[in-house]
Amino acid sequence: MKAVELGHATLEIGGRSVLSDVSFAIEAGEFIGVLGPNGAGKTTLMRAILGLLSPRAGTLRVFGRAPLRGDPAIGYLPQVRTVLPDLRVRGLDFIGSSLHGEGWGLPSLSASDRHMIEDTLESVGARDLARRPLSDMSGGERQRLLLAQALLGSLKLLLLDEPLISLDQRHQEVVIDVVRKACRERKITVLFSAHELNQLLGTLDRVLYLGNGKAALGTVDEVVTAPVLSQLYGTEINVLRADGHIFVMSRGHDVEHADHLHDHNGHHHHH
Amino acid sequence: MFQYEFMVNAFEAAGIVAVVSGLVGFFLVMRGQTFAGHALSHIGFAGATGAGLIGLAPLWGLVGFTLAAGIAMGVLSERISNRDVAIGVVLALALGFGLLFLHYYTSFATQATALLFGNVLAVDQPTIVTLAALGAVTLIALGAIMRPLIFASLQPELAEAKGVPLRFISTAFLAIVALAVSACAQIVGVLLVFTLMVGPPAAAQRLTSGLWSGLALAAFLALAEAWLGITTAFHTDWPVSFCIALLSGVVYFACLAVPATRAPSGAR
Repeated sequence: MKAVELGHATLEIGGRSVLSDVSFAIEAGEFIGVLGPNGAGKTTLMRAILGLLSPRAGTLRVFGRAPLRGDPAIGYLPQVRTVLPDLRVRGLDFIGSSLHGEGWGLPSLSASDRHMIEDTLESVGARDLARRPLSDMSGGERQRLLLAQALLGSLKLLLLDEPLISLDQRHQEVVIDVVRKACRERKITVLFSAHELNQLLGTLDRVLYLGNGKAALGTVDEVVTAPVLSQLYGTEINVLRADGHIFVMSRGHDVEHADHLHDHNGHHHHH
Repeated sequence: MFQYEFMVNAFEAAGIVAVVSGLVGFFLVMRGQTFAGHALSHIGFAGATGAGLIGLAPLWGLVGFTLAAGIAMGVLSERISNRDVAIGVVLALALGFGLLFLHYYTSFATQATALLFGNVLAVDQPTIVTLAALGAVTLIALGAIMRPLIFASLQPELAEAKGVPLRFISTAFLAIVALAVSACAQIVGVLLVFTLMVGPPAAAQRLTSGLWSGLALAAFLALAEAWLGITTAFHTDWPVSFCIALLSGVVYFACLAVPATRAPSGAR
């Protein structure tokens, strides 16, 4: 069973083609690292899988069907996270709002919902966040809260859009570890987008590189090579391997790192 | 003071309106749309004076105009309702029209102050029945959309992905705010709806981070401020709306001074 399958698919936002004539298939249970320069279509691809945007041309199938908006078997951590300033909502209520949040009537949280949320928070090492208001949480704590939320329920597919942003190294490792466990133990297919390939090297099964409207899916050895990446970035790329790390360089600059700084200036990131 | 019928009426009317304002205002504050609520009340002023011009009761002009404006804001959502400048222009325009309508219907001018600053002591029994009905409709509608409203307010991107109709929710909510503003303007006037719709919920959100406790506290504070304001006015002869505005401000700033409640580290 293919988890996600694109056949000559073209995805557009506001008339601008983001991915054009792209074909690939992700197997169920795979951990896929999604990489590529900013604006390459990582978020757009996830939104299409969620059924929020239909392909302009070609086909997109999720577990053999057309994407279904609101599919409860898909967990999602969006990249644009609206966090209202000064919002004094407890972590428990914040996550609780997403549980059956698409129904009508008054919100309610059963004891079993509460336990499920607390257990999931515990698994990301953030049990105390259930009782703390959102306005008191650091960026990293909010991030772990959102990850716990994305892991709730019986999932077949998990879409994580830049889950490592604003986390320090230790918590980045926790996040990768938690997601890897979910992928292996619960047999969840994972699409994990990131700026840095190296952190995911030990975890991912295959890598999906997006760029220049194109996509390349394969093992790291197949995809992270100078010819493939030069085509995706639209400029000459060198790939250096040293000490178990891979550096993607363009004219002497580390392109992943440059992207990173450009995108979130002010944050400090470790390798 | 309850030997006077107008005081009993004032307490009943203010009680209904305060609870509705506190509950609806809680979500207005949560969504960061207080300015939109303010604009709706100004648009209501034009509606009320316009209604006077064509011989309708001001309340229905208020309800009609705010409801239409609330729905329009919701439908145009991304373009209008979260843009301070657009809202500012619209509310100034609405006040301008209100003035124009007053200009052509001069005998209505005596009621202008009541509209702008409220006149709870002049509320009669039929008005209370109307306010109760308006309040009931508002709260039932709020209850019906509360679950997706909270989800859409806290995490719009995820709510959209989970199938919550964001635009419908935001439009329905602004329509609910419009009804609450109309009711609230009867008590404290269009210029002072913030005293009951924003002050108490904002204070409540400073004091508690639970959802139900926050809602209950917002309604309680609004009720307490409204009733205490009327009582103070009765004994001092100050305007009622001033007393409520004063209490609302004092309570809010007192809550700002309270250090944010933080769970002790290690506690769960």
